[in-house]
Amino acid sequence: MTTSSGAVVKAQPWNDPTARPYVQVERITKSFGDFKAVDDVSLKIYKGEIFCLLGASGCGKTTLLRMLGGFEMPTSGKILIDGEDMTGVPPYERPVNMMFQSYALFPHMNVEQNVAFGLKQDRIAKAEINERVATMLDLVKLGDFGKRKPHQLSGGQRQRVALARSLVKRPKLLLLDEPLGALDKKLREHTQFELISLQDKLGVTFVVVTHDQEEAMTLASRIGVMNHGEIVQAGTPSEIYEFPSSKFVADFVGSVNMFEGKLIEDEPEYVRISSPELGGIIYVSHGISAPPEATVWAAVRPEKIFMSTTAPQGTDNVVRGAVQDIAYLGDLSIYLVRLPTGKVVRVTQPNTSRRAEAISWDQQVYLAWDATSPVVVTR
Amino acid sequence: MRPTGRLRRVGITGRGLVVALPYMWLMLFFVVPFVIVLKISFSDIDLAIPPYKPLLEWVGKNSLAIKVNFNNYAFLFTDSLYLRAFANSIKVAFVSTLWCLAIGYPMAYGIARAKPATRNVLLLLVILPFWTSLLLRVYAWIGLLKANGVINNVLQSLGIIHEPLTMLYTPFAMYVGIVYSYLPFLVLPLYANLEKMDWQLLEAAEDLGCRPWQAFYKITLPLSRNGILAGSMLVFIPAVGEFVIPALLGGPNALMIGRVLWDEFFSNRAWPVASAVAILLLLLLVPFMMWYQSVQARESAGAR
Repeated sequence: MTTSSGAVVKAQPWNDPTARPYVQVERITKSFGDFKAVDDVSLKIYKGEIFCLLGASGCGKTTLLRMLGGFEMPTSGKILIDGEDMTGVPPYERPVNMMFQSYALFPHMNVEQNVAFGLKQDRIAKAEINERVATMLDLVKLGDFGKRKPHQLSGGQRQRVALARSLVKRPKLLLLDEPLGALDKKLREHTQFELISLQDKLGVTFVVVTHDQEEAMTLASRIGVMNHGEIVQAGTPSEIYEFPSSKFVADFVGSVNMFEGKLIEDEPEYVRISSPELGGIIYVSHGISAPPEATVWAAVRPEKIFMSTTAPQGTDNVVRGAVQDIAYLGDLSIYLVRLPTGKVVRVTQPNTSRRAEAISWDQQVYLAWDATSPVVVTR
Repeated sequence: MRPTGRLRRVGITGRGLVVALPYMWLMLFFVVPFVIVLKISFSDIDLAIPPYKPLLEWVGKNSLAIKVNFNNYAFLFTDSLYLRAFANSIKVAFVSTLWCLAIGYPMAYGIARAKPATRNVLLLLVILPFWTSLLLRVYAWIGLLKANGVINNVLQSLGIIHEPLTMLYTPFAMYVGIVYSYLPFLVLPLYANLEKMDWQLLEAAEDLGCRPWQAFYKITLPLSRNGILAGSMLVFIPAVGEFVIPALLGGPNALMIGRVLWDEFFSNRAWPVASAVAILLLLLLVPFMMWYQSVQARESAGAR
């Protein structure tokens, strides 16, 4: 799991209240009959961003993307792109291009004709079309494949043709629907970085739909996590990962140990949570805003838990358990530790040494974490 | 059931039988009659039963003479009636095909884009006329088109016309009959082709700046080319030799080659000339059939 942000947006315009958003989604709702696919979503996307819409299938992310492209009309609300209201503007008049999940390459045209299609539609001079197509094909490293038909290309090559075709018109906004979904894992990782460098070179704003959190983490300047048609949290990958605002986000992005408990001490500087599930006290070194005695959840990431065979100091944030299962993944190992309460805690440990003293099955271990590690969420 | 060992020993296998049966059927009911017709087309006419002279004749004791007569074919080119009939048949078939395309393409397109449940109902409606005999359906058109028929009565009672329109026994009625009868043969292959189409391609085209009609012209139309060709051939080829519809709806002046053939055979009892007409018609249609076959092969190979 990488938490480094993909697109390099140095200024972080989303933290600057005076910055002008490039794409503005204002209270968009899309209903299909009784079903609200997208429910009152507002969003600001800034120039040069790679904004990822992340969510499980059916969460409304693709519908939102299709509304940006003009393929669906919102039931209510409006979309502004570069200050222009897009209400009622059909796809063929929007300064937006889309890369489809299936790539949707025209099977009766070769690679060059596919890429040139949009330019011809705009009645651009032939010489300029040829030049732009050639430049774009070189950029996606398909310079020698111009005369091939789509069915003569590999999956990765088709993906790049689709990308070239959608970028050649120099759209203000590029929409990508699961752009890497059809590629195998190795190629996907490689292509992610290519996509970022290409975006950096061209300066086009990207909106990417994906269900793959790793892909979102790698690509995005910011991620909008969607659930049931709503954006439940939007922020940089590290904000989403380290400061999830709800149980859903904490659970959906990465893996997490969630302990339900009650606030027993609520001070501006710290809080103490008594968790019967954990069988102990969780001490968090910052204040939270929740009513006293409220039920809260403390989320602790597996990699932020230390595991040892000897008792650490202190009593808060420490718990004992027995190793129930171990998964050795090479770079790290995942331990499932069963607490006396029956709760199973997930711990990951990097395998820094080739001959570490092995912790094995059924061994009694102590689990501990820093007071800064738990994230307390109230919903 | 598997053939017994004994059958197998003499080279008869289940697979062989399955393949051989349709070929034997074609041998018996296509190749043999075709050879007979070909033979008659080279014979002389005779006032006898059957009304032609044999090709092979004994001359003297030990010599068999073959007498191949090309006059029947030559005759087809001397009397302009036959060439005009051929030309008119091709024209009628061609125009009918165009009408079938104009009506059938939107139908096939609509069915292919309908919801799956609706699609089955619409397809059933296209096939439904086949449950009644062609002859009955053509007769029904007489009832619709004649001077005191349904259409004229409705138009007159609505006050749109005051005199009944002459529709029956005109080229118009013939075209109506042919287009009506052959429409399913165009719709079905075209639907099969359009049904395979990835509609997201149209969204991609619109995304790249095409208006819907441009997307249709640049994407849908070229991609459905094989379906258009296959459907058109299925209308054109049988329509050239069509006899029943022009005879029933087209009236006495509808000069179609099928009609000429009928007259030569039954009215004039000129079997050799009728056979020559039939052979020439076949020769005329072979290139179209071959074209259709190659389109079909391309379509099933999936290459576009």
